[in-house]
Amino acid sequence: MSALTLTHEPVTGIRHGKLGMWIFLASEVMFFSGFFTAFIILRNSNLAAFAKGATELSWPLAALNTVVLIGSSLTMAMAILSLENGKKQRFQLFMFITFLCACTFLVVKYIEYTTKFHHGIYPSTSTFFAMYFIMTGFHGIHVLGGMIPIGWMLSRSFSKKGYTDYGRVEILGLYWHFVDLVWIFLFPVLYLIF
Amino acid sequence: MEAAVATHEHGADHAHADAHTHEHVHHTSFIRHYIFSTDHKTIAKQFFGSALFFLLVGGAFALLIRWQLAYPGEPIPVIGKWLPDSLVSNGAIQPGFYTQLVTMHATIMIFFVIIPIAAGSFANFCIPLMIGTDDMAMPYVNMISFWLVPVAALTVLAGFFVDGGTAGGGWTNYPPLSATGTGHTLWVVAIFMVGFSSILGGMNYVATVLNKRAKGMRMFDLPLTVWALFITAVLQVLGTPVLAADASLLFLDQVFHSSIFLPENLLISTGNLHSGGGQPILWQHLFWFYSHPAVYIMIVPIMGVVSDVLATFSRKPIYGYKAMVFALMAIAFLGFIVWGHHMFISGMSPLLGTTFMLSTIVIAVPSSIKVFNWLGTVWRGNIYFTTPMLNALGFIGTFTIGGISGIFMAVGPIDVYITDTYFIVAHIHYVLFGGSLFGIFAGIYYWYPKMFGKMYNETLGKWHFVLTFITFNLCFFPMHMLGVGGHMRRIHDPYIYDFLKPFQPMNEFITIFAILLGFSQLLLIANILWCLKYGKVAPRNPWKANTLEWAAPAHPGHGNFDRDIIVYRGPYEYSSPESKKDYLPQWIKPATKTSEKEHEAIAHEG
Repeated sequence: MSALTLTHEPVTGIRHGKLGMWIFLASEVMFFSGFFTAFIILRNSNLAAFAKGATELSWPLAALNTVVLIGSSLTMAMAILSLENGKKQRFQLFMFITFLCACTFLVVKYIEYTTKFHHGIYPSTSTFFAMYFIMTGFHGIHVLGGMIPIGWMLSRSFSKKGYTDYGRVEILGLYWHFVDLVWIFLFPVLYLIF
Repeated sequence: MEAAVATHEHGADHAHADAHTHEHVHHTSFIRHYIFSTDHKTIAKQFFGSALFFLLVGGAFALLIRWQLAYPGEPIPVIGKWLPDSLVSNGAIQPGFYTQLVTMHATIMIFFVIIPIAAGSFANFCIPLMIGTDDMAMPYVNMISFWLVPVAALTVLAGFFVDGGTAGGGWTNYPPLSATGTGHTLWVVAIFMVGFSSILGGMNYVATVLNKRAKGMRMFDLPLTVWALFITAVLQVLGTPVLAADASLLFLDQVFHSSIFLPENLLISTGNLHSGGGQPILWQHLFWFYSHPAVYIMIVPIMGVVSDVLATFSRKPIYGYKAMVFALMAIAFLGFIVWGHHMFISGMSPLLGTTFMLSTIVIAVPSSIKVFNWLGTVWRGNIYFTTPMLNALGFIGTFTIGGISGIFMAVGPIDVYITDTYFIVAHIHYVLFGGSLFGIFAGIYYWYPKMFGKMYNETLGKWHFVLTFITFNLCFFPMHMLGVGGHMRRIHDPYIYDFLKPFQPMNEFITIFAILLGFSQLLLIANILWCLKYGKVAPRNPWKANTLEWAAPAHPGHGNFDRDIIVYRGPYEYSSPESKKDYLPQWIKPATKTSEKEHEAIAHEG
């Protein structure tokens, strides 16, 4: 089919993967909206339980996680910029820091969860903790999901051919910023409203 | 597929040689070619095959339900003695099994038949071909989107073998009933998976339509099928995740004993581990926020298909093309703000109910625009009564009846009386079977030549339509009367109520025609399978249609097209004064001598 010039794509000028990611993120917004809706409805009918639940969460740990995740968003942006400018080692450095931040985030999350279990707090304890576990749980899965391509791109960059697909890193960056953004909503909603 | 392509292209001109070599360049292993294929046509066929299979499964469930309503307590013929005692007693359906059948019939028909065939098979097949491109924007995502469907289907059907049976709360599975039992958990997991499949499909369709249109093709040069599938894809992307969130919350209630949907002081026979404090109605709001748009995911693509079929076989431009597009957009938008009309009896504030009632009735406006424009398209056309055309015309009639009974349901005060009766069963089947499925039949016959490179058998196809149309109406129309008479739905034995006893003969009548309706579908299966092997080889453009898929070879291989595609005009230039023929395809250059020749050549080549 090389003789044929079927298309003049991408028509919009945005590459397929990037456009697809934007659409996927729109879908993700609706996904988390479902949880936030449930949170608002349940909170309005259980004000006391929700206020009590929030005090039992550790806001300093969550604040630390907020800083870590926002930091990783910054390093992700720096990584994209470095690769765009062809600075391979800086790209590797920033991707590595991003990966490390993601790990830190999950470790802190793990500490938070185990402390709760240790105190006998489970999703069945109250509707507040049900919402807490499912919202942070799904957010955690998203962090984990982002770490896979970050790790893959990082390891590829050490191979002989290196990693040069700047566009793909940018798509991953979109996703990563979204995961960060979700946390920025989760943090005040779960930890700071008493 | 190579072999098939080779026979089809036997005796074709040299233009095909290019496509033929191309086939061999892309030679891949059997597994990558037929099973984990990324080719949109193969994926479309996979969706098609699995949907037809589940159509038979779901249909068999429906017949079991009908048997019970006509002859309660009597053993099921043939298979009754083979079923385990947990489901049947002396071969007769037990109440628990009955509710499971009702649930599974709807779940399978909605999530594994109508959505996969409309938003899976048709979307995958039509979008790249009709916008003149080689494949989807993200072929791998597309492959994953299909393979989630059979896995989900196995998950939900596995429920029949677990303790307590499969999900039995109706396809809407309202908690608290659905918050216990392994069957319900499997149902929730399966719904999450098909939801994910739907989202992945949807984002692919949106990206493909926006990014991969052929040269010269503006958005308003898209055939209505593509417009409809595009708008459906937006619904899939924005609606389905809410169901996924809802299902996750129910999963948490089932497995981790949280109480998101469980109220205070609820007693559950399996022991109460729940804290209470949840909101059962919350499930309904989130569920219907998806499931009302889902109704449009099932009907909007079909509206597009029917528009194309009607224009082609009336040899007339579609009446009011832009009005049709805007009507589709209006239906899709309104679809997001009307979910509450499913919940009039949930204790909703009458004021809120009124707003939902008004927004619902407003949907009648774009729907009527569509119906009148279809009639305007057919009006004084040069009509060819082929099988797809008959099915499309059948669609208009039955969809209109379903739409009008929908107005009854939309009006709160009337809905309170007829909701949860057979009236709603009649309504849903008039829009989903009479609407979606007739449109799907039209689409199957219309694109069969392009999909498989063979012509279907016209006589068999017409018999299939006539039998289906008659038995469908005799089966479902009496259900309106049952419903107004107070016959509730999802009831194992209606005759425990004296006032329903006189309805037994009518139920028997319905069951007889349901069985005939079920067996009529074997004609469709027979036609598809028989003609796959023994059908006449299809020409490139058997319907003399205008849209781009007919510019591709009769049985397109990998990459779809064997000539450059440039779009010069809209998709509905039938009986145009610019051309001597009664059609003027999108890819033909404006009148010059060579373009006339090419037009001629494409019309006759294989």
